[in-house]
Amino acid sequence: MNETRRTVLKAGGGASLLTLLAAAGWLVPGTATAQAWNKSAFEAKTMDETMKAFGGGAPAQSKDIAFVSTPDIAENGAVVPIGVASSIPKTESIAILIEKNPNMLAASFDIPAGTEPSISTRVKMGQSSNVYALVKADGKYYVASKEIKVTLGGCGG
Amino acid sequence: MADPMKIRASIVGDSTEVKVLMSHEMETGQRKDSAGKAIPAWFIQAVTVTHNGKAVLNAQWGPAVAKNPFLSFKFKGGAKGDKVQVTWTDNKGEKRTDEAVIG
Repeated sequence: MNETRRTVLKAGGGASLLTLLAAAGWLVPGTATAQAWNKSAFEAKTMDETMKAFGGGAPAQSKDIAFVSTPDIAENGAVVPIGVASSIPKTESIAILIEKNPNMLAASFDIPAGTEPSISTRVKMGQSSNVYALVKADGKYYVASKEIKVTLGGCGG
Repeated sequence: MADPMKIRASIVGDSTEVKVLMSHEMETGQRKDSAGKAIPAWFIQAVTVTHNGKAVLNAQWGPAVAKNPFLSFKFKGGAKGDKVQVTWTDNKGEKRTDEAVIG
């Protein structure tokens, strides 16, 4: 057994512990309520990778998630309004994913008790794509999708 | 220092509707300038909204959120005159907090 390899393994173990602590929100500077930015989720390129980064399995299709004030055709991909409302009980978080963007995850919102599981925001879309609304409720993941056609892309240019 | 946010909080039925318009470039890091050099990413990563010191929304954003981000949601328990505070933090560690009174 070679010594260097052992040191490397040890260092690796230490680093992953730090990452775990950061993920649990223990090592976040500033406000205690803020969570560490989920880097791996935001860098994921596919649905599977994103779900892995969230620590969840494949989400179930749900009819209880609705897109509100979201267009079918967006003239300008740089500003696409997206609203998501969930009527699933115990909704904990809502995430917006755009299939054909360089990284799928656009935004994720934690919904504390007392806040309505309905949010709207504006995102950028590089091209026409399916948009997914991913809802975590009572520890399980649910998803709904909608196709949005983009006339003018919002990335590059 | 970034420009102030525009925050509007108003009572709608039995909940409080919060609308926030932030002033931020939200640069993706994928664009190139005229010299062909990549423009570094610069975007808001975290947004926290509190009502009387209690968090009513925590958001994590990627660069795909549009420039000058808009956010709207509703929470229960707000009363006229209460304060709603919004804080964002971007990937350069810059921060801004603004507050509004529920009207």
